[in-house]
Formats: sequence, structure tokens, C-alpha cells
Amino acid sequence: MNEKNLKKKSLEYRKTILEIIFQSGAGHTGGSLSCIDILNVLYNSVMDISPKNFPNLDRDHFIQSKGHSVEALFTVLCDCGFYSKKDLNTLNQFNSHFIGHPTKKVPGIEHNTGALGHGLSVAVGLAICKKIDQKNNKVFSLLGDGELSEGSVWEACTTASKYNLDNLIIIVDRNDLQITGKTEDVNPIEPIDKKFKSFGFETISTNGNNISDLLYVFQHVPVKENKPTVIIAKTTKGSGVSFIENQINWHHKVPSKDEYESAISELNEKLNSYE
Amino acid sequence: MNKIGKPNLEVFSETLLKEARKNKNIIVVTSDSRGSGKLVPFGKELPNQIIEVGIAEQNLVGVSSGLAAGGKIVFGVSPASFLTARALEQIKNDVAYSDLNVSLIGISAGISYGQLGSTHHSIHDFATLRAINNMTIVAPADNFEAAEVIKQAISYNHPLYIRYGKKPMMDIHPPSTKFKIGKSIVVKKGEDLTIVATGETLQRAYLASEILKKSNIHCSIISMHTIKPFDKETFIEFSQNSKAILTVEEHSIFGGLGECCASLIAQNNINVKLKILGIPDEYMINGSQADVLDHYDMSPEKIAEISKDLLNK
Repeated sequence: MNEKNLKKKSLEYRKTILEIIFQSGAGHTGGSLSCIDILNVLYNSVMDISPKNFPNLDRDHFIQSKGHSVEALFTVLCDCGFYSKKDLNTLNQFNSHFIGHPTKKVPGIEHNTGALGHGLSVAVGLAICKKIDQKNNKVFSLLGDGELSEGSVWEACTTASKYNLDNLIIIVDRNDLQITGKTEDVNPIEPIDKKFKSFGFETISTNGNNISDLLYVFQHVPVKENKPTVIIAKTTKGSGVSFIENQINWHHKVPSKDEYESAISELNEKLNSYE
Repeated sequence: MNKIGKPNLEVFSETLLKEARKNKNIIVVTSDSRGSGKLVPFGKELPNQIIEVGIAEQNLVGVSSGLAAGGKIVFGVSPASFLTARALEQIKNDVAYSDLNVSLIGISAGISYGQLGSTHHSIHDFATLRAINNMTIVAPADNFEAAEVIKQAISYNHPLYIRYGKKPMMDIHPPSTKFKIGKSIVVKKGEDLTIVATGETLQRAYLASEILKKSNIHCSIISMHTIKPFDKETFIEFSQNSKAILTVEEHSIFGGLGECCASLIAQNNINVKLKILGIPDEYMINGSQADVLDHYDMSPEKIAEISKDLLNK
């Protein structure tokens, strides 16, 4: 998919994220908006995953370890044809599988996540599996920056390095914020790149809300043979909507009707500029 | 007199090696637990079927889940105490909730570690794992059960926890016995009381029944190797037709075999006496597995004595 279309998609996805959170009355607005460009590029330009090949294991895999940003993932999977918008609109309704974290009951979801610090070990297991089976598929895993405080993340890193998992690509959604405040105030995690490097990873930093930067970076992974890669994607929490950006209280705030309409009109204006 | 067999843990590793030779899809994951899991021969013979993650139980469970998600038949092997406490959330979310084909092998379970103390004991594993949806829990009693459960685990296709001790176990079951996960084994039938035991306490219950026989007291003995899903049918049938029920487990008296039986008796309006033997809620005494079990009233002699008390004999 060309860059212009991806950029338009990112705006449309943002509208859908806000719509489903507004309609269902719950969701992680800030984090979903920060990682949406990453998911957009992954699913539409990078990964070999589709509704058709999903039941088959000879494909790429994606584990969203920061499960709470599920509205972004649900939105992209819907657009990729894993299920209908009507199904997605059941988000948070009684007896719906579309809940506040990914579950495998939703088509296209690889693994149940939500508790932080779990996804990377699972991704490592999948990547080892690919090596054993001598398959060239890649395993991608999206982690939050606040999530890096979980010790289990670093346990997984030691194994990724030991088994030379160059088929494992981690993306850290580095939006600088977590529920309490700035990551560096809550529990400093910098220098992220040096930490991963010391665990045997190749690291690349990029702008995680810039489609062309993301496309470029994903074309260059893995960076080195026999080494796992981490992409530190610098993002803005709430990216794309001026009054939501970088606001701690939008971690899981639901827009009011006025806020929702204002956000949609801001996104529509940006979309119109592409016409 | 029944013959003393091997440690169940050895039977586990030998059985798994035999199966893994035939089935390259079987992968073992260890957390520096190759030696204690008796998997050194496995590692030597099938180095491509063993993954070592170091002393990192949470990672062991997560990596096991990932391998299973990729289509492997996975055995995650780690000391029961660390596996089922430290990695409990990974068991809950990544194995049970995600319904993956992972058999978690809790080695040196219960109080097998003896004098190494409470940090190394797992007297909580039945209780914690029973409360996790979609978990199956098995505690094999003798070498026969220890081997059969592994053969069935390979095609079980769902989360499974199996705990093993490391002392040689008495052979209880003849090889012709039918073993099925979720279905208890009636070792013997007697009209007076029923002793229900699980795992390595079965041999103690069995020896107690031999002592009682000399006093003309006839016991039924049930090997309740599967703690969950519980064989309600067999248990209810025996509790309706016994004068008393005695449960024996190498586990806390809370949340294990005994309380499961108590719940079934109460909810099915069965009028039968019940006594639960296990580890009480206290700072545990130190000693070998055998000495500690003896101390907490689980010697064959004490089990026999308590049985007589229950029957007012």
C-alpha cells in the first residue's frame, strides 16, 4: 500500500478508535492513538498476516503485549477483513468477545494479553518455534514503555538473545507516559536503547507516528543476522487529536459528546487535505 | 508386599524421552531444571527438542506458551514451588486462558525437597491452580500413573499441570489398570470406610489399609490422581456407601483434595463422616518428606488409627 493511502488510513483508524470508545463508553484512548500508525504499517505493509492465512501457522505473527491498547488493534483487524464493523460495534457489550483486552475469541488475535510483561516471552517462544521449523516468518511484538518495568520482559530478552532470534522484532511504543504520569518520573527506564543493547539486541529509534519513517525502518529489520531487533518508536500519547495529545488523563478517558465531535472534525479536516 | 519402584520423576523423564524420540514435535522447556527434572539424558539425546531459559520461571511459562501457539507439544519443567507461585499469572493468562497445549511439570512437588524448607515446598499448588479456569491438575501416585499421564498428556491438547515427587514409590496398580485423566482409580473396595488419597500419599493410605485389615476393618482406597476435573461420580458413589471418608494429601488442608471432597459431601446432602489429612496452617516443621508426612498424621499407622477413631472402633 502506498504511503499516501497509509496516511489516510491512519486518520480513518483514529476516527474509528474514537468512535468505538465513545459509543461503548470505555477504552484506552491515549495508548491506542499512540500505537495506531505502527499497527497500520505492520498490518498493511509489513506483515504476512491476513484472514486467509491466519489459520495456517506459516505466516508472520503479532503479539500485542500492551494489550490495553486493544481498540487500535481491533480497528486495524476489522479493516483487514477479520470481522465486520457490526461485530466491532459490540465492543464492551454484554457477552461480546470484543472487550478491553485482546482475546483469541476475536478473529485475528494471536494471544490473550492484558497483564503486562507477558507478551514478549510468548513471542520469543513463537520465534524459537519458527527457528526449529526452519521457517522464515517473523514474529512482531508491541510493548508499552511503562511495561518495561516488568522484570519478565527482561527475562524474555535474555532468551531472545541466547537463541539468536533475528526473526523477532520488538516495537516499543515510547509515548513517555503511563497511567500515573511520565515514565521517567514513575520509574525511570532510560536509557532504553542501551538496556536492550546490553541484552544482545540491535536497536533502532524512529518516529512511531510517522508513516514514512516506519516504512523505512521495517524495511531494514532485522538489523543484523542472529540478533533480535528492537525498534524504539517515539510516539505521542493521544497522537492526532490536539487536545488529547500528551495528556495524562486521556490514558483511559472516554470523550464526551463535544470532545468526540471536536476530535472527529479535527481528523476530518486532516483527511480533507488529502483530497 | 508391593514392590518399591522408581522415583516418579525418573519415570516421567524416561517416558517423555521415549515419546519424544517418536514425535519431534515434543519440546521440553527447562529453567536450569534439567538435572532436577532428570532430563540430562533427554538433553544429550535430543538437544534440538529442549529449550533452556535459565532460572526464570515466568519466562519458562511464556516461552512454553509461544512454542505451543506455534504448534509444538510443550512440556514446561520446573520445580513445582516456583512454577506454580512465581509464574502463576503466566499459567493463568498465557496457558489456561489462552488454552494452549502446554503440560506444566511441577518437579519435586509437595514437600519432596524436605529439609530445604518452605521456600521449596509446594503445598499451595492444588489450591491455586484449582481456582484457575481451564486447568487440569494431576498428581500421579505410582510409576504406572506417572508414565500413563505423560502418554496421555501428549494428545491432551489443553493446559495440564502434573506434579511429581522424587522418592521411589511403591507399585500400587497392576499394569492392566485403566488410566484416564479425570477418572480416579479404585485400588480396593471395602465396606467400612473409604480413604481417598492423591499423589505420593496413596502408598501411605494403601499401607494403612493393610494395617486395618488385621483389625478386620475393610477400606476402599481411591487414587484420586486428578484433582481437577474431579471424578465426582466415583467419589459420590463411595461416600454414599461408606461409613466414613478420610482424605490424605501432601498439600495444605486448604483448597486441595480434602476440601474438594467436603464440598461434594455438603452439596450432595451426603451424611458421612469426613476427616481431612494434610499440612495444617502453621510454620511447618522441618525434616525429610517422610518425616514431615509422619509428623502431620500421615504415617500408615496414624492413618489407620484415625480411621478407627472415625469408625468409633
